[in-house]
Amino acid sequence: MTPPALSVRLQQAMEDFTLDVNFDASAGLTVLFGASGSGKTSVIDAVAGLSRAASGRIVVADQVLMDSTRNLHLPPYKRQLGYIFQDARLFPHMSVARNLDYARWITRSPRNQPSFDRVVEMLGIAPLLSRRPARLSGGEKQRVAIGRALLARPKLILADEPLAALDDARKGEILPYFERLRDESDVPILYVTHAAAEVARLATTVVALEAGRVIRQGTAAQVLGDPSFMPGGVRDIGAVIETRVAAHHPDGLTELAAGGLPLLLPHVDRAIGDKLRLRIAAQDVILSKTRPEGMSALNILPGTIADIKAGSGPGAVISLDTAAGRVLARVTKRSVQAMDLHPGGAVFAVVKSVAVAPGDVGGASR
Amino acid sequence: MTDWLGPQEWQAVALSLKVAFWATLLSLPLAIFVSHALARWEFSGKQIANGLVHLPLILPPVVTGYLLLLIFGVTGPGGRLLDAFGVTIAFQWTGAALAAAIMGFPLMVRAIRLSIEAVDRRLEEAAATLGASQLRIFATITLPLALPGILTGAILGFAKAMGEFGATITFVSNIPGQTQTLPSAIYSFLQVPSGEIQAMRLVIVSIVVAMAALILSEVFARRVAKRMEGA
Repeated sequence: MTPPALSVRLQQAMEDFTLDVNFDASAGLTVLFGASGSGKTSVIDAVAGLSRAASGRIVVADQVLMDSTRNLHLPPYKRQLGYIFQDARLFPHMSVARNLDYARWITRSPRNQPSFDRVVEMLGIAPLLSRRPARLSGGEKQRVAIGRALLARPKLILADEPLAALDDARKGEILPYFERLRDESDVPILYVTHAAAEVARLATTVVALEAGRVIRQGTAAQVLGDPSFMPGGVRDIGAVIETRVAAHHPDGLTELAAGGLPLLLPHVDRAIGDKLRLRIAAQDVILSKTRPEGMSALNILPGTIADIKAGSGPGAVISLDTAAGRVLARVTKRSVQAMDLHPGGAVFAVVKSVAVAPGDVGGASR
Repeated sequence: MTDWLGPQEWQAVALSLKVAFWATLLSLPLAIFVSHALARWEFSGKQIANGLVHLPLILPPVVTGYLLLLIFGVTGPGGRLLDAFGVTIAFQWTGAALAAAIMGFPLMVRAIRLSIEAVDRRLEEAAATLGASQLRIFATITLPLALPGILTGAILGFAKAMGEFGATITFVSNIPGQTQTLPSAIYSFLQVPSGEIQAMRLVIVSIVVAMAALILSEVFARRVAKRMEGA
């Protein structure tokens, strides 16, 4: 068995809780997922060496970055990481080209023009090279920041809520680059976010944090399909299903196949046969005991109730097992009673095709 | 130009420029170092260090001059040490440069410290994650971004050095051609009945030099700011 790409053990007393985190991550993109204040940024900053944890051990590939038992704390500049910050942090007194070249220049490494050109090409930032960061839009800044981190030839890429400062359109612009990083490079990525949509789209592995502890670890479908964990609040929960592009219809809809069930979406710019991860927000799902007819919603998934989780308010979250996978639905407790919903019961989940937000559609990991 | 100023006046102007130039040039690196330490480092005795740096600003200049005389005079400990290397600074223009440097130092440090504190530490962190050691972060991020403040500090220090009077005259006296700086010369001319015209000419020179320095720093600071905006 290959050793984990990243192994983190940390204990650190924080202001209102004790950070006690212990996880291994394989290659691909590992999301640290949790509400703000759950300790995500403390973990990533400890990995980067920007803050010093009281005790623990951090290993990337086979290099020990920190080991409190040996009093080893490598300074950040010796850790060979690429850190993509939420606020880009480009150097304002340098052109985009010099920002990109900074890591190579500062470590006096030989110039590698092909890799520079490849990164510039991949991120589409060639027209920006001579500009100053002040003249870039938010999305452009973040693309340059990604390039700068990549060109540091890191052993591990860290990203701390890299999309949080961007509006939805810009998010949609940056997300594909992280998918490409995940799928095309061998460098593992540790990605911090509180947005379920990003988890659904990007995560190879999810490490869910709450009050400084790892409370779940698994695939995006496993962690997001569990209604008892909702760091973004009840509005943010939603299951992830794996689909494949089946057909593009002339009326502008794309048909996806999910475990044999057809799903219709507004046109998705993917080739037929491509894998696609879909996140269906629980609040966009309506339940019906009979197959609905004469209804405008196009997507109807028959399933069996696996679990009903009543919240503290008037709502309840129903977990359904369908041929497409686990689907969550948010309904009221009153409906649960009125419809006599119980585990094992058969229902139909109705998903309006337009209810699937573009940000929630993404390519699957390999 | 030389006709307009008499030889004694010209000497005073030239000496002041020389004193201020060397005082600024030699104290600037130390001022940057001290400013960085005060702005970025945590160490015990930081308050005391801060107080010491600012002392010349608070003390009467004559007191600073007298202390310099006690330390660097021919019989003082500093003077004897320098004497061992064959250097005398008491009653020399080099002494005037030392006095000017010490008097201008707090002004320099104040301006530079503020500009270093204004540099976003998150940029320094970003540089660290990209492989830059502390020293390289300072040279490639902190220093260039603090440049406008460093320039302001240097100009302030230079202007202070040009105008220093109390400590200079106490420490190195007022010897024409040797230690008679521009303010000392103005003072001397004002002591004699016919000297007012000469004094006035030196006053004009002072104003011109001060304005030129200010405009120069303004132009430079603007150019730096423009560069950041990506022109």
